[in-house]
Amino acid sequence: MTGAEIIVEALKKEGVDIIFGYPGGVLLPLCDKLYDSGIKVILVRHEQGAAHAADGYARSSGRVGVCMATSGPGATNLVTGIATAYMDSTPLVAITGQVATHLIGSDAFQEVDITGITRPITKHNYLIKDVKDITRTVKEAFYIAKSGRPGPVLIDLPVDVQRAECKFEYPDEIEIRSYKPTYEGHPLQIERAWKAIKEAKRPLLLVGGGVISSGASEQLRNFVEKTGIPVVFTLMGLGSISGDHPLALGMLGMHGTRYANYAVVESDLLIAVGCRFDDRITGKIETFAPNAKIIHIDIDPSSISKNIVVDIPIVGDAKNILSKLVENAEKLQIEAWIKKIMDWKEKHPLTYEKNGLKPQYIIEQLSGMLPDDAIICTEVGQNQMWTAQYYKFRKPRTLITSGGLGTMGFGFPAAIGAQIANPDKIVIDIAGDGSIQMNIQELATAVYNKLPVKIIILNNRCLGMVRQWQQLFYKKRYAFICLKDAEPDFVKLADAYDAIGYRVDSTEEFDKIIPRVLKEREKPVLVDCWICEEENVFPMVPAGASLDQMLEGLA
Amino acid sequence: MAENNEKGQRAHTIVIAVENKSGVLARIAGLFSARGYNIDSLCVSETEDPSISKMTLTVKGDERILEQIYKQLNKLIDVIKVFDLTEGDFIDRELALVKVKTLNAAARQDIMQIASIFRAKVVDISRQSLTLEVAGKTSKVNAMIEMLKSYGIKEMIKTGKIAMAREFNQKK
Repeated sequence: MTGAEIIVEALKKEGVDIIFGYPGGVLLPLCDKLYDSGIKVILVRHEQGAAHAADGYARSSGRVGVCMATSGPGATNLVTGIATAYMDSTPLVAITGQVATHLIGSDAFQEVDITGITRPITKHNYLIKDVKDITRTVKEAFYIAKSGRPGPVLIDLPVDVQRAECKFEYPDEIEIRSYKPTYEGHPLQIERAWKAIKEAKRPLLLVGGGVISSGASEQLRNFVEKTGIPVVFTLMGLGSISGDHPLALGMLGMHGTRYANYAVVESDLLIAVGCRFDDRITGKIETFAPNAKIIHIDIDPSSISKNIVVDIPIVGDAKNILSKLVENAEKLQIEAWIKKIMDWKEKHPLTYEKNGLKPQYIIEQLSGMLPDDAIICTEVGQNQMWTAQYYKFRKPRTLITSGGLGTMGFGFPAAIGAQIANPDKIVIDIAGDGSIQMNIQELATAVYNKLPVKIIILNNRCLGMVRQWQQLFYKKRYAFICLKDAEPDFVKLADAYDAIGYRVDSTEEFDKIIPRVLKEREKPVLVDCWICEEENVFPMVPAGASLDQMLEGLA
Repeated sequence: MAENNEKGQRAHTIVIAVENKSGVLARIAGLFSARGYNIDSLCVSETEDPSISKMTLTVKGDERILEQIYKQLNKLIDVIKVFDLTEGDFIDRELALVKVKTLNAAARQDIMQIASIFRAKVVDISRQSLTLEVAGKTSKVNAMIEMLKSYGIKEMIKTGKIAMAREFNQKK
């Protein structure tokens, strides 16, 4: 078999049936073998779209996403997508073509050192120089991508290796002596944690994306219901248990709810599960959870005591450890604490002025009418934060958003990947008029593949989050944020791609059009919602401030 | 970063066992630069097992930085094991080649005497210079270099430290 055939067979062994990709010179042998292989290749319109689509596919399904691109510019166009997946721990395998081995290092046409470039943004990467190494490398790549703390793995494949011949032997098992993730939590640490939980007067769970990627939602819900401990979520943790749950306090951090942030400040025991204490959730590190002992459960030892020094670290898989904790769980006597939180919740709800078409209204409406399993992707900026605040995510893997890297242009291609992985679910991209233009070309991909992805543009004719910061912290000097003067007609744009486009300016129009949008099963639908230009995301903890120093309602 | 030792920072000697593959050194070096840790010295070579290389690094930092370095190194797929030798009993050696000016016979005599005190070897000689090879603990190597400075050092190169835990009295 040739190297290209071996790759195809190896991918099949790993259960791959979809690849998001874009062809090119040195990828041709592989493309040729994929052509009638039975593996479906989704042709994107820009390689960045391929990486994000594979990411959305992976996040929404829990499977490894696969993307491919040719050497040079093809490979570098994947970089933003790979970095996005790395920051949010998504299992991804990226395959890139490379110039022939004898040309490597000669600055050949479309040559770039992609393993060098992606070294700090992949969990691991490989340059295969011998056809005999392909099967072991593919096996390792998939194993590394999905085990432990998941992440992207890149395989760089020179064109001559794709053409070289070798016998196909696929290993059933692999053993990497230097890579042994810890899944079981240390029993003594679990015991210590449990003792601290029983003694706590004001315990609080802080839940991140690790709970979702480990599939620990049920264990978390059991733990919450048995003990009665309230929960705050990081952006990535939303949906791990239902946002409707009485003990769910929504997101904490920079744009968190007042009651979530107050709870963190007053808590005497923070039980952090699968999160990494990003600066967007901690605010000023020195004053983060000043009264709390911290238990930190995470599969990645390097996340522990990186930003916040913790008292009881437990390294291991969230699902494993939570099920151990559930075994001993009992109702805690914390009525006074719960009452305090409920009072905050009542006194400081998320609010906005209800005049005109408001983004918060749009998200609330969607949250109210969509089924629990609808998948919501977002772009980055105000659209993302309003979605996190006002949408009640009820199931894991229903929010797909670039949390760590904050990649504008992520949401739409990710929605394409999510729709392909979940053909029967409603998939929506909540976008801004800035973000959507970063990967708008993927409309062609969605139309061609008959993907009924819904794009809701919260159109404020500017780069809203940047505008908000300029308004609050840069004396209203609005540098480089105005999109108004050259805003495309998004309805015509949709039409040009043979997608469906609507524009709405009022709540009435929005309410009227939405049922029709949700019913569409064949074509992508874009709804251009002209919202109030000056609307801001509140509450807001300014960068570097403590969580209880929130700004409110300066809109 | 690590300019001084006053804030709980101290020098640590770390030995890393890694897969002997191309690109591994770049991964380690990249990790240090990306996360802003300073490497004071670095020495790499093959071991008794040709599939494993060992790197000896000296780095400065407080306990938290060291803990992060240790964890981040372990996270790299090609890193097999990381040993922080500083906590236990270990042997460390460094080798230096020092080319010193010899302006006259008296200077040459002096330098040869210094060499013999430090058990350094004369490995090259010319009318104007002597080249010494000295091996030992970093402090000894540095002491000899310090002694030679007044004669004028023309050129100097050091290997960086290599280290190994002692078989007995290991705290671990």
